[in-house]
Amino acid sequence: MRKLLIVLAAVFCMGAASDPAERLPDPAQEARARELFREVRCLVCQNESIDDSDAELAADLRRIVRERVAAGESDDQIKAFLTERYGEFVLLRPAFSLGNLALWIAPLIVVVGGIGLLLARLRNRPPEPELSSAEADRLEKLARD
Amino acid sequence: MIVELGAFALVLGLALSIAQAATLALARMRRSAALAGAGEGMALGAFLSLAVAFVALVWAFVVSDFSVANVAENSHTAKPLLYRIAGAWGSHEGSILLWCLALTGYGAAVAGLGRHLPADLKASALAVQGLLGAVFLAYTVFASNPFLRLDPGPVEGRSLNPLLQDPALALHPPFLYAGYVGLSVVFSFAVAALIEGRVDAAWARWVRPWTLAAWSLLTLGITLGAFWAYYELGWGGWWFWDPVENSSFMPWLVATALLHSAIVTEKRGALPGWTVFLALAAFSFSMLGAFLVRSGVLTSVHAFAVDPERGVLLLIILGIMAGGGFALFTWRAPSLTPGGVFAPISRESALVLNNILLAAATATVLLGTLFPLIREAATGEAISVGPPYFNLTFTPLMAILLLLLPVGPLLAWKRGDALGAAQRLWAAAGLALAVALAVFALSEPKKAFGAMGMGLGAWLIAGAVAELAERGRAFRVPAAETFRRLANLPRGAWGMTLAHIGLGVFVLGACYETGWKAESAQAVPIGGRIQVAGYELTLLDVHGVEGPNYEAERGRLEARKDGRLVCTPTPERRLYLPGGQTTTEVAICHEGPSHLYVVLGERRAAAGAPVWLVRAYWNPLALLIFLGPAIMALGGAVSLSDRRLRLGVGRKAEAPA
Repeated sequence: MRKLLIVLAAVFCMGAASDPAERLPDPAQEARARELFREVRCLVCQNESIDDSDAELAADLRRIVRERVAAGESDDQIKAFLTERYGEFVLLRPAFSLGNLALWIAPLIVVVGGIGLLLARLRNRPPEPELSSAEADRLEKLARD
Repeated sequence: MIVELGAFALVLGLALSIAQAATLALARMRRSAALAGAGEGMALGAFLSLAVAFVALVWAFVVSDFSVANVAENSHTAKPLLYRIAGAWGSHEGSILLWCLALTGYGAAVAGLGRHLPADLKASALAVQGLLGAVFLAYTVFASNPFLRLDPGPVEGRSLNPLLQDPALALHPPFLYAGYVGLSVVFSFAVAALIEGRVDAAWARWVRPWTLAAWSLLTLGITLGAFWAYYELGWGGWWFWDPVENSSFMPWLVATALLHSAIVTEKRGALPGWTVFLALAAFSFSMLGAFLVRSGVLTSVHAFAVDPERGVLLLIILGIMAGGGFALFTWRAPSLTPGGVFAPISRESALVLNNILLAAATATVLLGTLFPLIREAATGEAISVGPPYFNLTFTPLMAILLLLLPVGPLLAWKRGDALGAAQRLWAAAGLALAVALAVFALSEPKKAFGAMGMGLGAWLIAGAVAELAERGRAFRVPAAETFRRLANLPRGAWGMTLAHIGLGVFVLGACYETGWKAESAQAVPIGGRIQVAGYELTLLDVHGVEGPNYEAERGRLEARKDGRLVCTPTPERRLYLPGGQTTTEVAICHEGPSHLYVVLGERRAAAGAPVWLVRAYWNPLALLIFLGPAIMALGGAVSLSDRRLRLGVGRKAEAPA
């Protein structure tokens, strides 16, 4: 059963959002709705945004988002509505919150830490030994030849 | 009978791998050449056993022997021969068998090709490789045996998921696994180096060809997968930041970092600890990938053969092997002497910076993939980490890396000349800026980030060419002299140039396709029209087609631009009879490197005549997305053919400076 669901989910996910039957009449609003679709998860699919999914729930979510876009709500208002109804799981872009702090700052920590280690290594490098006068003479002689 | 032979050969392979690990460990302890020879023979024997087992499984699929449970579940008599063969690695059991075949194959290759390796290092590395083989083969024999019989066997099989019935996907797993598992050699060499307590220029030189080979194969494997997604899933996406994709991408990122840090260790004897760490991490990420993909702990679009219970076993294997490797690292790494001092502006620094950014990118992908699991386990709240997260974190890191990339090869080792590098790159920088401005000015709609991406792509290509020109002293010496210099360049230099150009080609394609793709969807009757990006498509007719194991509706369209006939795409919508699934077969018209991508959707009832939902996409420069990585892999292959790296060519290592 589980296998079948996976297969069905994969098959039904085929760039559904462009279906002309669903479109909003105003192209600017439609474009905004499409942008939003990419950040909303189709909850019953296998890791798919509602922009891509053909599942019934995705179509319902698209209808909700389009209605709210048409009603003039802001992106944040729409996302807040969806989060309240379905939980944070519905957002494909995790919120900038304390719970997600590690997620957002980890790349920065690795870069800063890495550069810190590099700088420490560069600072600790032993001074390059100066040439002794005998060596300098020899170098000069070699250069002349 | 042949199936029993396969089952026997599989168990024999397990026994030989265990014997290989034990014999070579003993050979190393007693410094016995005779025992080492015997152990190497066992490595070869384990590979031959696995080859026999694998052929037996393929044979069972080819003749559709449904008394074998794995064949019954994954094959069907109506499938074309190519897909019956590919079905052998389409299931969990089959793919793990392929993994083991590659694992023992690499072991045999080290035994056979590594004639000039120091005896101690070779014995230790092959003992570790044998241990890896033994662990994965034990898993195969006891928890994932592909040769289990059914009594009585069914008359017909359950068939493979039809989405997988595709040439790119038939080849995708072998390349991917050859790449994943190629990193096992690097892992074994790293553990051996830690045991021997010596990581020097010579060690890095032995490790680099294996990394290059694995990296090239992995590059091709991932690209084939992306190409498959592009034309088979039916909406032109090629990368979704899906957990399964991330699982294959993380080993690639680490292997890329390793390729670069191994150069520093080889040429300058610096960063030995970090190089060993990356060598351990690369295969650990391969094993993590196998666990994530096969256990189903993460939901994914690509989850095709999932089994949570066996996932736990894979997690245990991962924990023991990777954990053991890293424990050994913490114990032994402090004894590695970091050699080679370098100035802040030097090629070493540039390569370290490359590694920092690649490590940060890997950490981002890892965290993005695993964070939902961690957060749910910790707080019980489910969250999603999707493409928008990766676009905000991974992409900027890569942009910085690409910006710095052309500078690195122009800096000298030890102490570089930043001003000199800048002088050699001003033309490339000017060209890149011109490309970015031109794209911004000429394309509609205006997209600043997309234009900057195009500039970056041009910067990479022009920077690689500038570096080549510098090596040939172009315009400063007569042209003939330049050609002579270029002809005498080591293959490794050409490999690097090709790989960097390939990356630039990919960036151009990825940025342009993502930024300026156009899409149109419409329900059209026969004779109806749909427009996209200046192309007008007319649906001429739709008729039924019968395939070997499917029935299809095939649409015939005509695409015109300014009245000129461009092509006649024939997209299909297929119904696979054995499983009752529908798939779309898209039609792609090549317009230079750009694609006109046409999908036939479902038939809808309308007043009077029937209508079909037709989707048309204009994917500009889409070909470059797949061509770029292919050039990168070619660069790897060219580099691998360098005499200095050729497998088996022994050369005294120069003393590290």
